[in-house]
Amino acid sequence: MAELLPELLAVRGVSVRFGGVQALTEVDLTARAGDITSVIGPNGAGKTTLLGVINGAVTPLGGSVRLDGADLSGRPIFERAAAGVVRTFQNLEIFSNMTVLENVMTGGHLHAGYTLLDSLLRTPRFRREEKRLAALCREKLDFVGLAHKAHLPAADLPYGEQRLLEIARAIAVEPKLLLLDEPAAGMNNKETQQLGAIIRRIRGELSIGVVLVEHDMELVMDVSDRITVLNFGRILAEGTPREIQDNPEVVAAYLGED
Amino acid sequence: MAVSARSLQLAVFAGLLAAAPLALPNDYYINILILCCFNALIVMGLNLLMGYAGQVSLGHAAFFGLAAYTTAFVTATAGLPVWAGVPAGIAVSALVAWLIAVPTLKLQGNYLAMATLGFGIIVSIVFNEAVNITGGPSGFVGIPRLKLLGYAFTSDTAYYYLAAGVLWLATLVSRRIIDSRTGRALRAIHVSEQAAQAMGVDIARHKRFVFVLSAVYAGVAGTLYAHHLTFVAPSSFGFNFSVQLITMVVLGGMASLWGAVAGAFFLTSLPEFLRVFEEMDILIYGAMLVACMMFMPSGLVGGLGKLAAWLKRKLTANPTPGQKPGQKPGLKADSRG
Ligand SMILES: Nc1ncnc2c1ncn2[C@@H]1O[C@H](COP(=O)(O)OP(=O)(O)O)[C@@H](O)[C@H]1O
Ligand SMILES: [Mg+2]
Repeated sequence: MAELLPELLAVRGVSVRFGGVQALTEVDLTARAGDITSVIGPNGAGKTTLLGVINGAVTPLGGSVRLDGADLSGRPIFERAAAGVVRTFQNLEIFSNMTVLENVMTGGHLHAGYTLLDSLLRTPRFRREEKRLAALCREKLDFVGLAHKAHLPAADLPYGEQRLLEIARAIAVEPKLLLLDEPAAGMNNKETQQLGAIIRRIRGELSIGVVLVEHDMELVMDVSDRITVLNFGRILAEGTPREIQDNPEVVAAYLGED
Repeated sequence: MAVSARSLQLAVFAGLLAAAPLALPNDYYINILILCCFNALIVMGLNLLMGYAGQVSLGHAAFFGLAAYTTAFVTATAGLPVWAGVPAGIAVSALVAWLIAVPTLKLQGNYLAMATLGFGIIVSIVFNEAVNITGGPSGFVGIPRLKLLGYAFTSDTAYYYLAAGVLWLATLVSRRIIDSRTGRALRAIHVSEQAAQAMGVDIARHKRFVFVLSAVYAGVAGTLYAHHLTFVAPSSFGFNFSVQLITMVVLGGMASLWGAVAGAFFLTSLPEFLRVFEEMDILIYGAMLVACMMFMPSGLVGGLGKLAAWLKRKLTANPTPGQKPGQKPGLKADSRG
């Protein structure tokens, strides 16, 4: 059945070196439209680096990244965002000099349909588009449950809500593929459960494919359709949550630890 | 912030600029006021670059100077009319900024600071050494006064209103850029280039834009300066002035339009007030700068906002007759002005 879904993301044979560190070696990753695909592995396994390769922040030595069949390799980050790949950050990268709503409206940068001249002359098009964008972004805030905080300075939000804000900002780009880097880090149990529901709704209601990097195994096993396990920059295993949990190599290398 | 509050601020600013000459004791001071407007213009551009977008220029005096010398050359040496010299001066500043921006702003890191530092020093040397064109260290004399559409700005008061009008217009332009997708992108770049790009912002293009824009502001100030003084000398466009401009940005308040205006007006006019202290003036100037930085780390505008909030708290804590306590939440200093 799963084979019928089209391939949304195809990472093939990607290798990355940072000086003396081989961060990734010949890594493949496939994410199908309508799937939640998780990447797990111990600290330093190369998960964040892999997300960087997909969104263009990290240049690999070789290999390719395709989205919906189009080759993204070598294209800059902002073009990949326009092509439909957006990420959140493990070490929060909230725009701390803006309000919550302005953060999300920056996510809507590409959807503000007016020019610099429109802004200077405050044309009707400028006013209409800013209003539309603000309404759209309020919806995104509502989606993650932060609508009531729209006008607070983003830096004033508690940690868990800043993570949700990153998600709201990312879905305001209206991507085809969303890369989440440890979104549950620093969240309590209740927040993590709400996050799980949000991730499902991103896939279900917004039809955005999700690649999830996460340490919280309960969350990963709960929401994932497919899981890829990285260890020392190499793929250790790939399969359904059940297959991964039963894989003796994975249990020995990673799951056994906890 | 509501649109109406923004408009109100701009209206009050227009009123203050219009009324300022009436408060002066004599005509000497109108020239200081004109200088304040020029400096505020440059500082506003520099604040868009530094305060909002987080990019550092250590050579902004050079853009000011390039425009001043260009229009001096076009009008006095080549004998063309002022209406040709002014756009030429601004265009040269913009073009040179663009040429610096293209290679340096592609790189990550503070290459712009280094490039502009070197550029500023080189330009300063050229102003001094190209004696045939610039007049060298003793300066360029005989620049015609401004004449536009048949109107000659012969009185200093007329020139002041021109400078103030241009400053007000630049404030409006800045405000409208900041409150748009471009402004959000610039502020995003300041905090996280990674996240800005991940949202689809072409950061190299935005940095180039704001750098060239800041050079245009400096260029406008430079041409107006040249046609006001009718004389320019290299000492006005050196590294010292670049540093002074940055001091005005920081003292007034980063990422605040009103901070840029306050910083420029305060630091430009301060030496005049300190003149009575004779040799002690530089010491007092320094001490005041240090005190401002210590007690108002977020700048004059941020500092005044906090002072207002403090006063309000005091007043609501001990309500005077006719004042209702706890009516409104404390004034919040808006660091974005
Ligand atoms: N920018 C970098 N420069 C040098 N080494 C890096 C850089 N980013 C990551 N690394 C190294 O690459 C390896 C993988 O890191 P990362 O992708 O962050 O792992 P994970 O996200 O799985 O914890 C680690 O050994 C890390 O130290
Ligand atoms: Mg990581």
